[in-house]
Amino acid sequence: MTAGAGATAREPTTTDAAGPVLQVADLAVSFSTERGLLRAVRGMSYEVRSGEVLGIVGESGCGKSVSALAVMGLLPTSARVSGSVRFRDRELLGLDDPQLSAIRGKGISMVFQDPLSAFTPVYTVGAQIAEAVRVHTETSRDQAARRAAELLDLVGIPDATRRARAFPHEFSGGMRQRAMIAMAIANDPEVIIADEPTTALDVTIQAQVLDVLRTAQQATGAAIVMITHDLGVMAGVADRLIVMYAGRPAEVGSVDQVFHAPRMPYTLGLLGSLPRLDAAAGQPLTPVEGAPPSLVALPPGCPFAPRCPLQVGVCVEVEPGLDPTSASDHLAACHRSDEIEAGALGPADVFPVPPPVEPPIAAIPREERPVVLEVRELVKSFPLTRGALLRRRVGTIHALDGVSFDLREGETLALVGESGSGKTTTVNEILALAAPMAGSVVVLGRETSTLETSTRKETRRDLGMVFQDPSASLDPRMPVGDILAEGLRAHGVAKGQRRRRVGELLGLVGLDAGHVSRYPHEFSGGQQQRIAIARALALDPKVIVLDEPVSALDVSIRAGVVNLLQRLKAELGLAYLFVGHDLSLVRHVADRVAVMHLGRIVEIGAVERVFGDAAHPYTRALLSAVPLPDPRRERVRRRIVLEGELPSPLDPPSGCRFRTRCPLFVAVEPERRQRCVDEDPMGRPQGEDHLAACHHAELRNRG
Amino acid sequence: MVRFLLRRFVGYLVLVLIATCLGYLLAASSLDPRSNFEGRNPPPPPESVDRVLSDLNINDKTPVLERFATWMGGVVRGDFGRTIGGEPVLDEMGRRIGVSLRLLLLASILGGALGVLVGVVGAVKQYRFSDHATTLFSFVTLATPVFLLAVLLKLGALQLNRAAGTTILYYTGEATPGLQGSWWQLAVDRVQHLVLPTLAIVLAQAAFYSRYQRNAMLDVLGSDFLRTAQAKGLRRRQALLKHGLRTALIPMATFFAYQFGLLLTGATFVEKIFGWHGMGEWFVDAVNGNDVNVVAAVTVFAAALVLVAGMLADLAHAALDPRVRIR
Repeated sequence: MTAGAGATAREPTTTDAAGPVLQVADLAVSFSTERGLLRAVRGMSYEVRSGEVLGIVGESGCGKSVSALAVMGLLPTSARVSGSVRFRDRELLGLDDPQLSAIRGKGISMVFQDPLSAFTPVYTVGAQIAEAVRVHTETSRDQAARRAAELLDLVGIPDATRRARAFPHEFSGGMRQRAMIAMAIANDPEVIIADEPTTALDVTIQAQVLDVLRTAQQATGAAIVMITHDLGVMAGVADRLIVMYAGRPAEVGSVDQVFHAPRMPYTLGLLGSLPRLDAAAGQPLTPVEGAPPSLVALPPGCPFAPRCPLQVGVCVEVEPGLDPTSASDHLAACHRSDEIEAGALGPADVFPVPPPVEPPIAAIPREERPVVLEVRELVKSFPLTRGALLRRRVGTIHALDGVSFDLREGETLALVGESGSGKTTTVNEILALAAPMAGSVVVLGRETSTLETSTRKETRRDLGMVFQDPSASLDPRMPVGDILAEGLRAHGVAKGQRRRRVGELLGLVGLDAGHVSRYPHEFSGGQQQRIAIARALALDPKVIVLDEPVSALDVSIRAGVVNLLQRLKAELGLAYLFVGHDLSLVRHVADRVAVMHLGRIVEIGAVERVFGDAAHPYTRALLSAVPLPDPRRERVRRRIVLEGELPSPLDPPSGCRFRTRCPLFVAVEPERRQRCVDEDPMGRPQGEDHLAACHHAELRNRG
Repeated sequence: MVRFLLRRFVGYLVLVLIATCLGYLLAASSLDPRSNFEGRNPPPPPESVDRVLSDLNINDKTPVLERFATWMGGVVRGDFGRTIGGEPVLDEMGRRIGVSLRLLLLASILGGALGVLVGVVGAVKQYRFSDHATTLFSFVTLATPVFLLAVLLKLGALQLNRAAGTTILYYTGEATPGLQGSWWQLAVDRVQHLVLPTLAIVLAQAAFYSRYQRNAMLDVLGSDFLRTAQAKGLRRRQALLKHGLRTALIPMATFFAYQFGLLLTGATFVEKIFGWHGMGEWFVDAVNGNDVNVVAAVTVFAAALVLVAGMLADLAHAALDPRVRIR
């Protein structure tokens, strides 16, 4: 437990007298496609020095990963690369494979996004790290294996010698990413390129991995090029930042410059569309309308012009260069950056902010509103089987162990927690509308275990569902009109009425009613999710279950969908059950929040109570792990880093299930600890509409 | 793991049993050994025919279930009865298995290896000349029936021999009958006989495997772990072999195990055309000759091969892929 030790203040980097280790100048990458030349990266230039962290941020398809792979020389041979990549004093572009492979992994190494697919499944983790050692230095097998174990130990894998003999699939996501970092630093590289290193991870694990990355940097003194779409992560990690849009840098500067004095409207838009943990709830986000342009046929002007509220005539004719603003090291590609600077414009000044929406029902006190969904002591367990080909049962997972909450009309209840905490299982159990293993689910006054086939169908009308990834949840072979009408038809709505309702629904979610005959792939991600929302609304449900509804969407698109959900809730008097792992977003959309841990709700209550004065040490740790998109606050943010990972739900600890990771357990007097070991804590009131399942919640400030 | 394999084994055993019963019943009820004798000129007296048939337990006047019981009783003691010529089936089968193995062991291994190689080259050089060339080769070979391929090879050998003025390649039998000489001369003689039938099998097998291997390899080529391997400093070729091919072989191994098991009775055409007296040839001859006991015995043998192949496939998969092992 290292409470407080993880404060993210960074030493100002000492400039290496030898100059930058990696210099990229005017890098361009293009691919031939059937539709024409795809210009993935244009005019990318940067340099990094030893010990410096350069952040590259942008949405999917903006060219950030492609530019990194171009530096490593790992693009497919079909890519055309031009410009210059200099490592130390050596030009890398144009080197052949043997020459490059001597530099890869030794001079420059890379950490990839998804560590499950990035490890070869058939070799042990230790062997793969040892291989990295042996490729570059004459080492005996034993020595390399020992070095691999040392490296795993360095990145915080307990019992490293034994774990080195495990296969990648036997590691958890966080451990795999640590091992990936261990492999990257195996040869003391001078540059580490980290491509979305924490994107697939939970917020607590993300915090751990970022710490490991810092440790790795200190151990090697390397320069880091960090690529991510998450501005919050950047604020705490990067020294300098490049914001990319449509294949080229849109703004370049120090983190403080970019976060506190953005000069390019796209950056403003990104910052404004981020929900923040430290902001008051209820204020709508500023969405950036539209979607990034196709990189195949780029218009002549500024690629952001079609989405830019500040667009003027020159913007669509001439593409702006990346020019210095008043500060020489702060560059922006915008014709009007001077005006943004002069007017000190913020996101809300540039992008239209929709008016805040307040559902009329919010005026009625919560207790007087009808309960639309009630879950009592819900239990669900799964048999655990091992092996993909050779199955056998090795135990029972207690996925849900007595979950209770209620949802009232017109409110949003968010379920949060790490993966494996039981959020999705809860949702599945509710949507099954069947008798649960134990406990009860009551939808609009109807107990699910007593439903007959016909009443179950009737009840389904009242439950809408929106899934995480719209490209997977919409049938690609069905036109949008049919997708929306399907539920209506199943419930016997007449044809004419159906057509009218489909038009209505499209209007409701802000899409053109003329698009009924188009197919899902003709829409952008944000539009697809709007279609999924329209489908959920088709039968006028009272409750909508939203399972991570925006996490598959790009940052600039998210805000628009979130605002839409808020508006619909107010206009239609809906109740939302919102499953999410993005706590900033939950803070923004939820009225009440339930924090789940190992199949239990450990804390539940009004969002301002739970987020403002969290009573359970787990909630406090979760909240403290969320990075803020604000470098100044990031530097002073006090983090509680949870050691280890979620205990196995096969064999949860006795008493309080959180005690093995609990900072408070460590902080309180030994005589108090006994209670945590012996007694399973029940939810205790912590104030109005606020329960927490912790024996020592009163002592929370000690953790 | 062992328990799992045991369970699997028992499952296969039941299948073998069922196949055995059905095989015997089918052979016994559809083949007509009596016609072998009735066709003779002059026809032997019916009583002596009956005696011979009863003696071999293939008399159609005995109820089929009774014959089956007698046969089964023998099988349990390891006696598969006698051929219609009166020899013990088991002796002949042992000889024949030896012949087939000598032909097919080498051919299968070579065919598999060549198929993998061709598939990998095709995948790595996708859409380039070598990919197009290997694709063309495998489709042409796949589209050529084995007997045509074998005849073509024979013709080619004939030309070669004529051009060389001496016999380099033989195309009938396993060895030159009655040849005397040192072991070295005998070995060379055998190789000269082996080349053509081996080539026929290798080509067909390689064409077949190469298509699967190419697909398996293409799946792996785009994978992240191959990129990781290169990112840590492996050269592309090293990464392709050590990480790419190793992973792409997993689906192939099970496939290969099955194919090999079944090949042992499936090389009928090649054995027939090149005059190798192996299992495949024997089976076809037995059906033609109404030799019930032989047909039944070959059926049992084939079923047992499926069992062995299945076990091999499971073992190979577990050996190659740590994800399916149970610890």
